[in-house]
Amino acid sequence: MSGTMPIEAVNVTDGPSGPPPVALVGVSKRFAATQALSDVSLDLLPGEIHGLVGENGAGKSTIVKVLAGIHQPDSGEVLLDGKPVLLHGPAQARSLGIAVVHQEPRLFPDLTVAENVFIGHAPTGGFGSINWRQMRQSADRIFESLSVHIDSAAIVRGLSMADQQLIEIAKALSIDARVLILDEPTASLSAHEVERLFAIVRQTRDRGVAVLFVSHRLEEVFELCDRATVLRDGLHIITAPTSEFTASDLVRYMVGRAVSLFPRSTARIGDMLLDVRGLTRVGAFRDITFSVRAGEIVGLAGLVGAGRTEVARVLFGLDHADAGEVLFDGKRVSFRTPSAALRAGIAYVPEDRHLDGLVAGFSIAENVTLPILPRIFPHLFIRASRERSIAAGYIERLRIRSTGTDDLVEALSGGNQQKVVIAKWLATNPRVLILDEPTRGVDIGAKVEVHRIISELAASGLGIILISSELPEVLAMSDRIVVLHEGRISAEIPRAEASEERVMFAATGQFAEEASSGS
Amino acid sequence: MALSVPANVPAPNRASLLLGRLARSREATLAGVVIVLGMLVWLEAPNFLSSTNVISVTALAAIIAIAAVGEALVIITKNIDLSVESTMGLVAFVVAMMLKGQNLPVPTAWALGIGLGLGLGMVNGVVITILRVPSIVATLGTLGIYRGLAYIVANGKEITTSDLPSGYTNPASQTFLGVPLFVILAIAIVIVAGLVLRYTVVGRQAYAVGSNAEAAATIGVRAKSTVFLVFALSGMLAGVAGVLWGIEFGQLYASSASGESLAVIAAVVVGGVSISGGSGTVVGAAIGALFLGLIQNAIVVLSLPQEWLQVIYGLVILLAVAMDALVQMRAQRAKARSRMR
Repeated sequence: MSGTMPIEAVNVTDGPSGPPPVALVGVSKRFAATQALSDVSLDLLPGEIHGLVGENGAGKSTIVKVLAGIHQPDSGEVLLDGKPVLLHGPAQARSLGIAVVHQEPRLFPDLTVAENVFIGHAPTGGFGSINWRQMRQSADRIFESLSVHIDSAAIVRGLSMADQQLIEIAKALSIDARVLILDEPTASLSAHEVERLFAIVRQTRDRGVAVLFVSHRLEEVFELCDRATVLRDGLHIITAPTSEFTASDLVRYMVGRAVSLFPRSTARIGDMLLDVRGLTRVGAFRDITFSVRAGEIVGLAGLVGAGRTEVARVLFGLDHADAGEVLFDGKRVSFRTPSAALRAGIAYVPEDRHLDGLVAGFSIAENVTLPILPRIFPHLFIRASRERSIAAGYIERLRIRSTGTDDLVEALSGGNQQKVVIAKWLATNPRVLILDEPTRGVDIGAKVEVHRIISELAASGLGIILISSELPEVLAMSDRIVVLHEGRISAEIPRAEASEERVMFAATGQFAEEASSGS
Repeated sequence: MALSVPANVPAPNRASLLLGRLARSREATLAGVVIVLGMLVWLEAPNFLSSTNVISVTALAAIIAIAAVGEALVIITKNIDLSVESTMGLVAFVVAMMLKGQNLPVPTAWALGIGLGLGLGMVNGVVITILRVPSIVATLGTLGIYRGLAYIVANGKEITTSDLPSGYTNPASQTFLGVPLFVILAIAIVIVAGLVLRYTVVGRQAYAVGSNAEAAATIGVRAKSTVFLVFALSGMLAGVAGVLWGIEFGQLYASSASGESLAVIAAVVVGGVSISGGSGTVVGAAIGALFLGLIQNAIVVLSLPQEWLQVIYGLVILLAVAMDALVQMRAQRAKARSRMR
């Protein structure tokens, strides 16, 4: 180890009396149009597990990234032992004793377990060569102290998610971390694995490490954490010992905000378009049953990882179901490829901006017509005039701000690029449109525009599945809300009965009755 | 809301905009460089613009340009074809052999040669799209295999002009309305390929595949058939280049056209086709070939050491790619900044 850490002398048995090993004071951070954090303060104490809860987009990840040195705050300070520091990179944060275990393990799959544990600070012998034996022994010692059995000479590829998670923790311990940050570590673990993880986290706490546990599973927060902080829309809402909260308190703190309404013209709901029955994909979701009618907007709510995107991918033919059936227009369908789904009349605007696949060097017109080229130009040759007139129609209809159809999409703003994406999928003339987080990362003005478009599309008779992590959006737009929790439908709520609390309870796997009785 | 945006934004922004515009008109820039360089050489060595020299410069440049058009199609789809030089060499040798031994009519031999190139390109396409071997590895393999086949076919022999029909090499120095025949052919091929890329569904899809193959698949673009097609075309055009190589030199060995893949890829890259796929034109690739031909000839007429040629080709590739990366980085930064505002 480097041995040059300036703050090594701190004695953890001082307990909460000294300054906290890490604290955020008045931290703000802004990304383009989004205020991710405003004036958030937070302190982590040695020997304490601090829960950080909030909806998707509340600012949890941004806090993790600030502490990990990935993002630098726009204003406010990070204090280490009471002294302000500037964390300008993950390596520096690590060298100061802040270890982060990310949601998805970030290991090198082709290296051994021991190499991964000691990556960047491997024990060395003469001439800087790696001392393999010592590295393996040290790794073994760490795993022993955690009473887990992982072969430190094994290659990481092929190990279970849970084991990889443990390697991340071992990595954190190998640098003698004083602060351990766990970012939704249980997302992909089984119940048994979660128990083992919790035992290890408690053990780590008892060694005097300050632990930050980020989660949106409330039951875990109550089980594991000593204190909890709730964030909402980048604001610090409350910090208190978990013993002073009830589950319904937490939910209320998480969602309690003024609901801003979006324009939603009421559409006449028509015939059944899509009927999903008992759809199951092993490891992703189980027994999903819901339907979409013409002119209807069905909201798919749930936390990240609940299986919403996975359902959409199956409906669009990107993945395949293991059981259950999908009826489209009364006929049983099973799309092997996205092209087949497109031909049948289902379009999917993916969440993943990489899959949106706007070709940066193409104009608006070229991007819009890309999926339909073979259909509109069966004789191979592209007629630019036809292409422009198609694109011009969408520019007008979706109010894409540009100087014309020949503008390169890379020159457009994020919101207008998103409209081009929607135009591209609309050009395929779908009857069911699946929108996955259609307003993520676009500014508020563009958001309202996108909502207007969705609303008009439904009014024109499309069936729409709206996947969104933003509760106000789902509530304002949807005729019905299907809530997923850990791959299952936990509630189906008609528009009239929907409230943020009800959706949130279902999304976190609790039921309103239970929560109100305080369990 | 109280956050202030750094005030020093506009200056770097303007610089990168200029760089961006420069990059966009890469073809025009390169053409300008070719003209300036040509004039400099002409001032030093007046016989540079003699008709024999011009014909010899452009003949070779035209051969490279034709192969570079095929290579450009491949690189636009974010692949690479390293085997062009072996295809050229094998086709050149086989065509000459057919003319020598079989006494085939010349046009038949040419057609068979081009067909052989097409077949070799299709083999590349199959290995890449069906056996799923990455193109850089697949064509590295066929680079060796096709060259090896040339050695087997040649069986230690070479073919000289006297083995070929009399006057066989004449077209290399002939002109039509003052324009060398090879150049006319190269221009025709560039025009056709350029139109296909710009105005056909397949051409459009080639760019989409190179830009984002995964996304292209989600909208029903058949990436594999597109990739197969560009490799077949690259093979075919390498076949055309191989036939011309035989006419140009008349003297053929199993090792003919060795090392020309470097020139072909350099021409494409210098011509502004992005090595990361999805952008560039065949016109750029052709001008790139002319640029390299000019450098090669400048070394000759200025009696500079020949040994430097390969070094210069290599440097040209590195410079062109480094410049692209720089321009892209600047553009991205400018974009990030404008998004922040």
